[in-house]
Amino acid sequence: MLYREAGQFKTSYEADQAVFPILQDRFGVVAIMVVALLIPLVASDFVLASIMIPFLIFALATIGLNILTGYAGQLSLGTGAFMGVGAYACYKLTTFYPDVNIVPLVLISGVFSAAIGIVFGLPSLRIKGLYLAVTTLAAQFFLEWCFIRIPWLYNYNNSGAIEVPERTGFGGLVLAGPASPPVTRYYVVLAIVVAMTFVIKNIIRGRIGRTWMMIRDMDIAAELIGVRPLVTKLSAFAVSSYVCGVAGAMMVFFWLGAAEPSAFSITLSFQILFMAILGGLGSLMGCFFGAAFIWVLPVLLRTMLPSVGIEIGAETVEHVSRMIVGALIIFFLIVEPHGLARLWQIAKEKLRVWPFPYG
Amino acid sequence: MDFLYQVFIDPFVQMVDLPDFFLQVLWEGFVSGVLYSLIALGFVLIFKASGVFNFAQGIMVVFAALSLVGLYALGLPAYVALAATIGIMFVLAYTVERTIFTHLVNQPDIILLMATIGLTYFLIGFGEFVFGGDPKVMITEQLGLPTGSTAFDVLGGLVILQHIDIAATVIALIMVASLAVFFNKTRIGRALRAVADDHQAALSVGISLDQIWIIVWFAAGIVALATGIMWGARSDVSFALEIIALKALPVLIVGGFTSIPGAIVGGLIIGIGEKIGEIYWGPLVGGGIESWLAYVIALIFLLFRPQGLFGEKIIERI
Repeated sequence: MLYREAGQFKTSYEADQAVFPILQDRFGVVAIMVVALLIPLVASDFVLASIMIPFLIFALATIGLNILTGYAGQLSLGTGAFMGVGAYACYKLTTFYPDVNIVPLVLISGVFSAAIGIVFGLPSLRIKGLYLAVTTLAAQFFLEWCFIRIPWLYNYNNSGAIEVPERTGFGGLVLAGPASPPVTRYYVVLAIVVAMTFVIKNIIRGRIGRTWMMIRDMDIAAELIGVRPLVTKLSAFAVSSYVCGVAGAMMVFFWLGAAEPSAFSITLSFQILFMAILGGLGSLMGCFFGAAFIWVLPVLLRTMLPSVGIEIGAETVEHVSRMIVGALIIFFLIVEPHGLARLWQIAKEKLRVWPFPYG
Repeated sequence: MDFLYQVFIDPFVQMVDLPDFFLQVLWEGFVSGVLYSLIALGFVLIFKASGVFNFAQGIMVVFAALSLVGLYALGLPAYVALAATIGIMFVLAYTVERTIFTHLVNQPDIILLMATIGLTYFLIGFGEFVFGGDPKVMITEQLGLPTGSTAFDVLGGLVILQHIDIAATVIALIMVASLAVFFNKTRIGRALRAVADDHQAALSVGISLDQIWIIVWFAAGIVALATGIMWGARSDVSFALEIIALKALPVLIVGGFTSIPGAIVGGLIIGIGEKIGEIYWGPLVGGGIESWLAYVIALIFLLFRPQGLFGEKIIERI
């Protein structure tokens, strides 16, 4: 009854091709943005630093993986390593240019990740599917080895870990480092994630995104009608690695504050892959759903179960949440292979005719 | 010039200088190759019979080993615990087939792969929940497997062979031979290959998919149990083994996804190549290249022979 497009006529092609053509959708997006901007007023520092910031960062990383696996159809298990490349690149950049504002450096560090992504994406021209996953595994383990064995990357310090120095910007605000307040970091991360989501959404809706989806669906047929597989696949690797690199740099600079090479291990790659699968491969909104689900679930279990009366150790929470995530993945694959995003779409379809049983 | 000498000449000089050390390295590579191929064998079984790449094979290895050790710790004698673990693997195969694969008949491969990834995650959580995360010791002597080692005087030096490694090789060879016979000569083996080709076509000629899948997952479970015992005998049983199981992927690529002898040959190539690369070329770049050398070897194979040494040629259709 509320969610109806009746009466919303478009008078120009631009209006018809808008990202959110339905007025109610636009209200919804504005409402979400307002909520996101006002969360720091009601949320504690802990919620901001341990839930909202990592949720946004993982959502961005999932968007990166979704570009490669969901839209371009190239299964990748090397997400963790590409995030690591972005993080270490940002660390070296800020070492060389300590006076430059950290935000542009974070955005530039993605470029290095994109370059590495292109190199490891070259085999995709001859290899497909599961075999390509092995080359991304090679990238994962090789880059992890590089993070440990190239001391220049962590400025030759003894611990082998990188620590985030204090960085200020935008008129005296402490953006990164131990003294940085979670509120500042939250707004910076929110701005970067919103901007990048907008850019990625438009890329996917454009010509490049359509060629990715063509290669995913029927690559031989796509090649026959003139899509160049070289350019398409490498551009998918490049954009995906760029986004993952930025997410990795943000992970270290705006969330963790320090990182060791083991932070970018294959466990991280699998975690992001699960977020992409649960949220729905091939859907941007699904990335946010998946990241929220997998990140928030253990926190919920840890806080809600004691309030219901079930005392549960931290380790058990982790085991149980792993079991739940694994079972849910299987459940979703059987019931709805397109993930939470498709469930949301079905809900919206039902909303269009609600409260009538038919429309 | 010096760099070229170091890469192309020096390692071979080292090999000839200390031939007993070279033989020892070869033997270590051979043994780790046999162990990789045991893991790869489980993958090949399920892939050959259902077209599913069973990502959960690694965790099944850990799970089987943990069950065995756990049952023994509860007080059962070693062989009873072994039989009970085989029973547990059958229950696991039955449950997995009933809850997951019955509902995913004829879905695209990527969906099946992701289902096994979900299964892996679930089994990791479940295993840690039931058995605890700390490493456990495998009950090697109680099972009758040999321990200790023999030293051979060879080429003026010493080569030491562990008895458990020899036992592992023999067991692996027996498994490979029996599985090869099973697939090629028996009626069930033919049915398994038919199911791998096309699920629905196999259904239409009267092959019971459920039965076949339970059989094949059970067989993979037995292979996983044997692998778990062998791996656990060399180093303790812990969840780190799950990541080592990822090494089976390069083995499968080199040997071919659908070939049982390919699993052995691929395992040996990867095992020996990895060890020799690490010992003789590793120090040039700072060591530790074992973690990714296998994947690079597989990558090189992929570029020239994507179906592996013994696999079926991949035919693309629009």
